[in-house]
Parts: sequence; structure tokens; C-alpha cells
Amino acid sequence: MTMLESLLVVLPELILTLGATDLLLVAAFSNKPDLGRRVSIYAVLMLIACGLALLGPAGNGGAVFGGLYYADAFSTFSKVLIYASAAIAILMAPRFFDRRGEMRPEYPILILLSALGMGFMVSSGDLMMLYIGLEMQSLAAYVLASFMRQDTRSAEAGLKYFVLGALASGILLYGVSLIYGFTGTTSYQGIGAAMASGLSMGELFGLVFVLAGLAFKISAVPFHMWTPDVYEGAPTPVTAFFATAPKIAAVALAIRVMFDALAPATDAWQQIVIFVALASIALGAVAAIGQSNVKRLLAYSSINNIGFALIGIAAGTQAGVAATLSYMAIYVVMTLGSFLCVLQMRDAQGRPVEDIASLAGLSKSQPALAAAFAIFMFSLAGIPPLLGFWGKFLVFDAAVAAGLFPLAVIGIALSVIGAYYYLRIIKTIYFDDAAAPYAPANSVVENGLIAVTAATVSPLGYLLVPFLALTAGNAAQALF
Amino acid sequence: MGARNRREPCRRCALPLSRSRFLQGSQDNVIQAFAFYLFATIVIASGALTIVSRNPVHSVLWLILAFFNAAGLMLLIGAEFIAMLLVIVYVGAVAVLFLFVVMMLDIDFAELRAGFTRYLPFGLLIAVVLLCEMIFAVGVWNFADIGPDTRMGTIDPDMPNIEAIGRALYDRYLLVFEGAGIVLLVAMVGAIVLTHRERGGVRPQNISKQIKRRPEDATRNTQPEVGKGVEL
Repeated sequence: MTMLESLLVVLPELILTLGATDLLLVAAFSNKPDLGRRVSIYAVLMLIACGLALLGPAGNGGAVFGGLYYADAFSTFSKVLIYASAAIAILMAPRFFDRRGEMRPEYPILILLSALGMGFMVSSGDLMMLYIGLEMQSLAAYVLASFMRQDTRSAEAGLKYFVLGALASGILLYGVSLIYGFTGTTSYQGIGAAMASGLSMGELFGLVFVLAGLAFKISAVPFHMWTPDVYEGAPTPVTAFFATAPKIAAVALAIRVMFDALAPATDAWQQIVIFVALASIALGAVAAIGQSNVKRLLAYSSINNIGFALIGIAAGTQAGVAATLSYMAIYVVMTLGSFLCVLQMRDAQGRPVEDIASLAGLSKSQPALAAAFAIFMFSLAGIPPLLGFWGKFLVFDAAVAAGLFPLAVIGIALSVIGAYYYLRIIKTIYFDDAAAPYAPANSVVENGLIAVTAATVSPLGYLLVPFLALTAGNAAQALF
Repeated sequence: MGARNRREPCRRCALPLSRSRFLQGSQDNVIQAFAFYLFATIVIASGALTIVSRNPVHSVLWLILAFFNAAGLMLLIGAEFIAMLLVIVYVGAVAVLFLFVVMMLDIDFAELRAGFTRYLPFGLLIAVVLLCEMIFAVGVWNFADIGPDTRMGTIDPDMPNIEAIGRALYDRYLLVFEGAGIVLLVAMVGAIVLTHRERGGVRPQNISKQIKRRPEDATRNTQPEVGKGVEL
């Protein structure tokens, strides 16, 4: 394969690299007013261009650069989700930051660079590529978490995320070095071939450390401690970004590592994933009950959801991977919708409010927003006519098909416990005595996005299910 | 590596990697072994002194000595380029930078050491765990049946050092290399985003404005009458 052909396969990454560096120059030298919004628009256009590039060789070009980078249906599926959530995270930001005059052009640029790293993660075919992608994504995320640097909570979130993230990177790297040391190669294929002849103790150690590092990135129990604090402290658009794009990337990366490199060691990692999945569901369901801050609650909700997504991986089958991918797609829509609703929670002066109690009486003052909120909460709880149910159904179906009955039964029981706190929000919105009303939700972009996501999650979304099943199935097939 | 090398230490300098072109023959092997032990001893000794010396400036100086001798070790196994890099980058830049930072920062080391006894049990616990892990790792290393030939780095022995590194960096691992560059860019952008402040009241130099300025904008001729000043 010639260099040009290889470059065409990494076209989305090229667009993001050149785009982000160009926008950096624009941000540094331009003195036009409202620079942040202008750069945001260009950044969204670039993400759309990346999505379109996936239609070409970048979507199915196979392995390039000596197997460092894979462009297959799996990477394409994940990248579409990543780029879409990154674009929405950019679109929902300007009004939030404008109030404090903090809409700086670096926000969209850092999101672009983070998306670039995530592209590397889901396309990686080598442990070194994995690490570079992960580090690029994480570094941008640390900065984004403390983007409102005058705000002590934001600064604290950034610092906490950075320290714990660096620790997780260290753990991951230790695992990578062990695997490299004992198999003699860093490429997924080579590791798979070396492990096929039996798993040595050193390889097992490496596997455990790598999984621990990845579990941190997807905030699965027992590596979830950072999540509530960081989600609460980070600016709301950034939190929405954290809850979506990096999670897809890390879950996709975990799937690739487990089914590409560690496939011969399925028995070894299956037990770990089952434990992590159940622990995440349980903790996410129980710990969220006492929360009064809506962002903290959504943080526990994301821990809980990751647990469900991991059930599909634990099944260890192609159907399980397809179910996990579908679950992540549905989860992203629900989560983005919820955070868009949270963004509309502003008091009369326009200050953001995060208290759940302040939602009381929303059904009277803003019925449309209340209905959207209710749809997202019902869907996150997995109540049948909404799309969230379908995702849970798929992962449990895959787990049962793989013979993991206890896992499915415990998971379903815990999901009932988890439904409680979602329903409590709905109860606050519809039945509690009215609190002070919010400022009117008048941003066209944000209202439009809420309408689109709510429509997708509503029973109308079932029209998308055949398409979703087909693409997720193709994506999963690319790994087997 | 541990076990194998400890068993036959003199093979250290006769490993396949060793391609030193100016030391050949049996007598030179003795010189090579002597040089190896000299460098290795100094590296370990100065490494230990880096940790134990009380004055941070002395620590940095010992560190520089350790780097220098590590470069010597690299030279012995035939990695000339890495040896030069160690001297230029680590000794020349990084360590000197350390020295400046240590001398400029006003660190109260007495205060830093204050918590030492309090955290000692915890630190010891972690040290023991790490030690067990290391013993464990070295122990299982022998069971894993992999020779040096299955590892990476099986390259043409006649290829010069720089070329071999260049091939790995700019050919095989081009994408990772460029990615690492972007990671550094992200770090730089992040540092600027978090610390840069627009400061009012400063008068920065505006070069284009300076260049555009013509004599007729800047000066004017007046002819004041005798006994009257110039109106400014």
C-alpha cells in the first residue's frame, strides 16, 4: 500500500489534526469579536467532514501503517458516535460559557484534539497506538474539566481528574509493559498469537493491569471514585462530553483489546468483566439514591449504564459485542438529551442551577421541557416503550444466550432498584410544590437538539432499531 | 533480563547487540569487561547518592554523573547514537534545567521531610508489595519461554545505529511518532489555556504598527517665533 493510500485511510485524523492546528492559529492571531462562536462553527463543520470521510476508504480501508491502525466497520461505528457527541458538546457550549465571558476558542479546539485521540483509540491495532490515543484524549479532557479556571469547583475537578487519570495511565502502562515483556510484541495480533499457546503468569498480570487502567477510563467500579466529583465540578457542556464521547471510545477500545489481543484469554477476563459490570450496576443504582445534585446523579447514572454495557462484553460473543455497541449508541442519545435539559436549568438571573429540588413545578412553568426530561429519565430507567429499554433488552438477551443466567438475573433486579431515582426526578417535576421558575429556555439550537434527541429516545426511535441492529452487527462482525 | 545476566555476567558485553567496532579480540574483551564494571559501579553509586544526599544541588550533580556513565554503558553495547543523546539531551539540557529549577525554587526540605515518619509504615507496606511483585515477575520470567530473538529489535547487525532508530521511528512507527507530537501540542495548548491571562495596562510591542509608521506621521516642522514656545 502506498503512502497516499495509507493517508486516505487516516483521513478523519488528518482533517482533525490540520483543522485543530489551523483553528489554533486563527484563535491566536484573529481579533474578531465573538471568536469562540466562530471557531465553534468551524470545528463542528470539521467533525461533519470527518464523518463524511468515513464513507470513503477511511471507513473500510483495513489495516494500515503496519497494523498500527485499523479502519473497519467497528471503528467507523464508534467514530460516528464519537464525532456526533463531540459536535453536540461544542454546540451546547456557547450560551453556557458566554454568561461568564469564558467562551474561548480553545474549547472547541480541545474537543477536536480529544476527538482525534479517541479516533486513534478505536482504530488502534497496537498497544503503543492505544496509549498515544488514550493520553491525547485524557490530556485534552483534564484541561476541559478545569476550563472555567476562576471557578474553584472546576479547578478542583481538573486537578482531581488529572492526578487520578495519571495514576490510571501508570497502571495501564505497567500492564502494557508486562504484556510486551512476556509476549515480545505490542501488536494486538502478535499478542493474540503469543497467548494462543497458553497464558503465562506474567501475561495474566499484564492483562489485569490493562483492564484496571481501562476500567478507570470508563469509570467502572472499583475505579469510579473520580466520576461524581469531576462530573459535578466540570462545566456542564464538558460534563456532557465526558459522559458520552470518551466513554464510547474507551468501551470500544476495551472491546478491541479484549477480542483482538486477549481473545485467547477470554476465560481470564470474563470473570473480571462480570464482577466489574455487576459492581458498577449495583453501586450506580444504590449510591445515586441519596444525591441532591443533578450532575452527580447523572454521574452515578453513567456508572450504572457502563455496567449494563459491560454485560454485553462479558457475554464474550459476537452478539454480545453488537449489543454493547447498540447500548452505547442509545446511551449516548439519552445522556446528551439529559444534559441538554440540565443546561436549561437556570434561575431568573441566568445562573446555572443543579439542585434536583429546584425542578419542582417544571411541568407547570415549562411543560415541553418537563416532558423531555421525563422521556429521558424513563428511558434511562429502561421503561419499555422507550428506546432505553431496547438497549437493556439486547445486552441481557446476549448474556442469556451465552449462558450467563445469574448475571442477567442480578442485573435485571438491580436495574429495578436503579429505576427508583430516575422516577424520583419525574415525581419532583410533576407532583412537587412549585419552586422558583427557571429562566425561559430560548436557545434555538439547544431546543432543537432536545427535540431531536427526545424524538429518538421516544417510541418513534424504534424505527431506527433495524438500522442500528444492522450497523452494530456489522461492526461486531469486523472483530470476529 | 535479570536472572540470565546475573548467571553469566561476562556475557554482558558479548550479547548479540554488542557490535563495538573499535574493541576486538580476546584481550579487548577484558578491557570491555573492565569498562563495563567501572561504568556500572559508578552509575549505581551515583544513583544511590542522588537519593541520599541532603543537598538537592548535590543530588542533581550526582544525577548528571549517573547519566554520563549510563552513556558510557550505551557506548559499550554499540548504541553510539543513544549514548550521544544521553550526553546532549540529559546531561546538557535536562539535568542543567533541573539544577536551575532546584536552585531557583525555594523549597523547604525540612518541611517536606516532616511527614516522613508518619507515612513510613504506609511507604514500607507499598515497598514490600512492590518488592514481592518484582520477585514474582523475575521468578516467572524464566518459565516464560522467550528468547531475545522473539522480541523486537531483530535488525540487520550491520545497519548503523541511527539508521535503525530512524527506520523504527519514521517508517514502522510513523503514526505513533506523529501522535506523540500531537500529545505534546495538546499539553502545550492546555498549559496556555489554564495559565494565560489577558493583562490590562501593559504596552506590548506592536511590530507592524512600528514598521508602518512613516517620518511624516511622527515629526512635524514648526517655526516658533522668538520668545514663544512650541505648542505640543
